[in-house]
Amino acid sequence: MEMGYYPGCTLKTNAKVFEDSLLKAFEKIGIKLKELNKWYCCGTVYSLATDNLMYRLAAIRNLIRAKEDGHEKLVAPCSICYNTLKQANLMAKSDEEAMSKINAFMDEEPDYDGSVSVIHPLEVIEAKLQEIKAAVKKPLGKKYAAYYGCLLLRPKEIAIDEHENPSIMERLIEALGGSVVNFPLKNECCGSYNVASNKEAVIDANYRIITNARRNGADAIVTSCPLCHFNLKEMQKEVKKVHPEFAGLPVYYFSELMVEAFGIEMEG
Amino acid sequence: MNWLLSKVEELSGENLYACYQCGKCSAGCPMVEEMDLLPNQVILLVKLGDESVVEAKSPWVCAQCYQCGVRCPREVDIAKIMEAIRLIKLRKNIDHIKLENVEKNLPQIAIVSATRKYTG
Repeated sequence: MEMGYYPGCTLKTNAKVFEDSLLKAFEKIGIKLKELNKWYCCGTVYSLATDNLMYRLAAIRNLIRAKEDGHEKLVAPCSICYNTLKQANLMAKSDEEAMSKINAFMDEEPDYDGSVSVIHPLEVIEAKLQEIKAAVKKPLGKKYAAYYGCLLLRPKEIAIDEHENPSIMERLIEALGGSVVNFPLKNECCGSYNVASNKEAVIDANYRIITNARRNGADAIVTSCPLCHFNLKEMQKEVKKVHPEFAGLPVYYFSELMVEAFGIEMEG
Repeated sequence: MNWLLSKVEELSGENLYACYQCGKCSAGCPMVEEMDLLPNQVILLVKLGDESVVEAKSPWVCAQCYQCGVRCPREVDIAKIMEAIRLIKLRKNIDHIKLENVEKNLPQIAIVSATRKYTG
């Protein structure tokens, strides 16, 4: 099975390990993620002002590219890209006035009607758990805290799972032979782009979230968002400066666990 | 209606009078410890036309995680209200950060997001 794939900027740089492991893991379960022939930055965070359609153009342009390539479904692994593309697509389906302005403004593009379906890889995985179990060669055997953050779950119109108590990542971890711990902060924000302006907020959030996972017995944190990954992993160094007793935890993308359990060797 | 309230309602598309100050937004906000005004206080001050809210720290600490909005019993999307307050400043060409001060080793999504949320 082939699906359209929108990498977004960060999967090509800081989160290259996410892209590499995801493509390999999906290939193993019979899904080829075909990168769009042409794509641009999605604009990251969705603009919330009623009159700020300008910031939604990039997302709509990417959806037009997906349609041009003939994809009914577009897989967006980065949580921020997923959220932005999905919200823009909902607008395309429901807000006729906004779309008539956008379509008129982008007169070099064909009109867009919201017909591409934006999905997250974890939604694809939900229907493939049996194949995943069958592909496991080295069961994980550790205890994991599944961290969803905000943008896969909220606003609730775009949620990939139950927004207050999601479980798809836990079901994946169990299918891969790992065990999961209770993790009350699994859907609490990591501080997001505050890391660029107000690092203390991210340091506090990191301490709270990782400590909560540790107290519940986790050996590692699992996530899907490159910004959560950065804030939870790289910022542990900063947390240790403020809290010397802080022990930290390893942080992985869910796709890294898949390739590990499937016994796939990664280069580098 | 005071100018501040009408501007915030226009930019956010939200009805601030729906809020009955239950505080559930503030109880669940992951960034509240960094804020000078609780999210429900922000709403109250806008309704009262208190312009100090435009200078407050809270709208800039809000990370648009939508936790407040999904839990609000009155379905007020507070993230949109925070965005409206940020835009009142940003649209006067007053940036919240200097881009040259942003660390270069951050993931692009952090830098682009910060540019979009903190500069006009």
